[in-house]
Amino acid sequence: MPRPRRKTARTSKSPTPSSLAKVATGIDGFDEITGGGLPQGRPTLVCGGPGCGKTLFALQFLVHGATRGENGVFVTFEETEEDLLKNAASLGYDVPDLIARKRLALEYIRVERSEIEETGEYDLEALFIRLDHALRTVRARRIVLDTIESLFAGLSNDGILRAELRRLFAWLKDRGITAVITGERGTATLTRQGLEEYVSDCVIFLDHRVTDQISTRRLRVVKYRGSSHGTNEYPFLIDRRGIAVLPVTSLQLMHRTTSARVPTGLDWLDDMFGGQGYFRGSSVLFSGGAGTAKTTLAAYFLDAACRRGERAICFQFEESPAQYVRNMRSVGLKLDRWVRKGLLRIHAARPTLYGLEFHLATMHREVDEAAPSVVVVDPLSSFIGASFDEVNSMVMRLIDYLKGKNITALFTHLIPGSGASQEVEVGVSSLIDTWILLRNSPPGEHGGRHLSILKSRGMSHSSDRRAFELTDEGPVLLPPGRKLQAIRGVRP
Amino acid sequence: MKTPGAPRKKKSGSDEWILRLYVAGQSARSIAALKNLEAICEEHLAGRYRIEVIDLLKQPQLARGDQIVAVPTLVRHLPPPMKKIIGDLSNADRVLVGLDLRQRRRRAGALS
Repeated sequence: MPRPRRKTARTSKSPTPSSLAKVATGIDGFDEITGGGLPQGRPTLVCGGPGCGKTLFALQFLVHGATRGENGVFVTFEETEEDLLKNAASLGYDVPDLIARKRLALEYIRVERSEIEETGEYDLEALFIRLDHALRTVRARRIVLDTIESLFAGLSNDGILRAELRRLFAWLKDRGITAVITGERGTATLTRQGLEEYVSDCVIFLDHRVTDQISTRRLRVVKYRGSSHGTNEYPFLIDRRGIAVLPVTSLQLMHRTTSARVPTGLDWLDDMFGGQGYFRGSSVLFSGGAGTAKTTLAAYFLDAACRRGERAICFQFEESPAQYVRNMRSVGLKLDRWVRKGLLRIHAARPTLYGLEFHLATMHREVDEAAPSVVVVDPLSSFIGASFDEVNSMVMRLIDYLKGKNITALFTHLIPGSGASQEVEVGVSSLIDTWILLRNSPPGEHGGRHLSILKSRGMSHSSDRRAFELTDEGPVLLPPGRKLQAIRGVRP
Repeated sequence: MKTPGAPRKKKSGSDEWILRLYVAGQSARSIAALKNLEAICEEHLAGRYRIEVIDLLKQPQLARGDQIVAVPTLVRHLPPPMKKIIGDLSNADRVLVGLDLRQRRRRAGALS
């Protein structure tokens, strides 16, 4: 006899009743700071000024769902379908394909006040019917209403509208649809029509500021009922892959540490660290005045990584990639072959071109994509134009991020003037594991350049000051006590 | 008593009015709107109008074409330009203004 068929225990949608079920938005970093994304089956208000990225946020949320079995409906009250498709295409989303495969539906709702006369009682049942119809056609679990406040411009009876909106949000909640409702920032309220009163589960605020001609975007979770969330303002960026949010407070000092070493790229420098080089996953700072070979030493480090077949990224903030490659050839490095092999990426950008956040986010993405074992940032000091604290926090976050991935990071830092001062203006020295100081000999004395290790955590290292010189074959150590002339065979 | 959409084209002349009334089910408001509309049409457009009643509960996909969000909504399809009047049409004066059957009294009022 076959076993009596029994229904298996009903699987509840939320893992435990106490923890709020969440749905992922697919927005880099956002799901991390909210512990999983937006509240499932509830409406979320995403608000901010014009151009703050609301629509994009909503679109990303929807497309992410649609490509993972949670179909969605995008209801646009402002942009036409064509405009929306164009915007989506610019981010590489193939929305027409998702629509064709019935994973996504677009509903353009236009209410033109000039065409409408109002007389007597009415309600928005037609809107409900349209939404219901759209939701059913794709069996949607997600919906975006962008921007429903436009209804207030189209219809004059505020009382009816407010009652209907309240009913609409309750209706969506009843159906268990995860909704993103966008709203334009008001003068005294988060949204012009005070939508935050109706959407009480989750409110996200997006901000776009321009200071000193550099724009920064920030995101804040104003409210998230039943869930812990960071209350910070999180910087985010919008690039060709959409929105990425950077968690600020991930600094936990919980990195895995290894005692594995990574060569410096120069035998004599390795020797100063007991013959083995830096710790893998540590952060190294080269500071020194102009012309102290910081960039060259950093390039040798990159070259060594590529020679081992590892991937490396160089973030160049002073030279173009071509110029950098050419200049390094003069000290015996052929970096272009690593670029051709796909082992080395040189990412060059003007420091002043974007805000720090953008740079940081770009670095995150590059590192994510290339998965390098070593990273060079050359130089950190080019960011000093920005405020001190900002640079500090950026470097801290970057180091933190790289350590988390066990990537060895090497930073260069220009000390203004001759380099006689040991002060490092970037107050990051406490974050740095290995700190190397470079100096030029005073002009006229052919003493070459000098290198000394100020500190190197957790390993024995030489405390000597070593003299070296740059030659066609790279940085060459000068034997102690001998002047440069002796090496070159120049008699006094 | 006309049934919805009943009066067949009497003539295909350019002066025929085509009015669509969008409703959601047989609510009191829908019924009132239709009644009000018929009264107005009989008085001002006798013999040259056609009313189509569309119940969105039965044909939800039709709400899209005319961009309907509220019910009841009356749409003047012909003659152009398209006009929309929402509500139960209880105020005959406003309906007449909305349908361009009567001039607006105060132009400024229309803009506010």
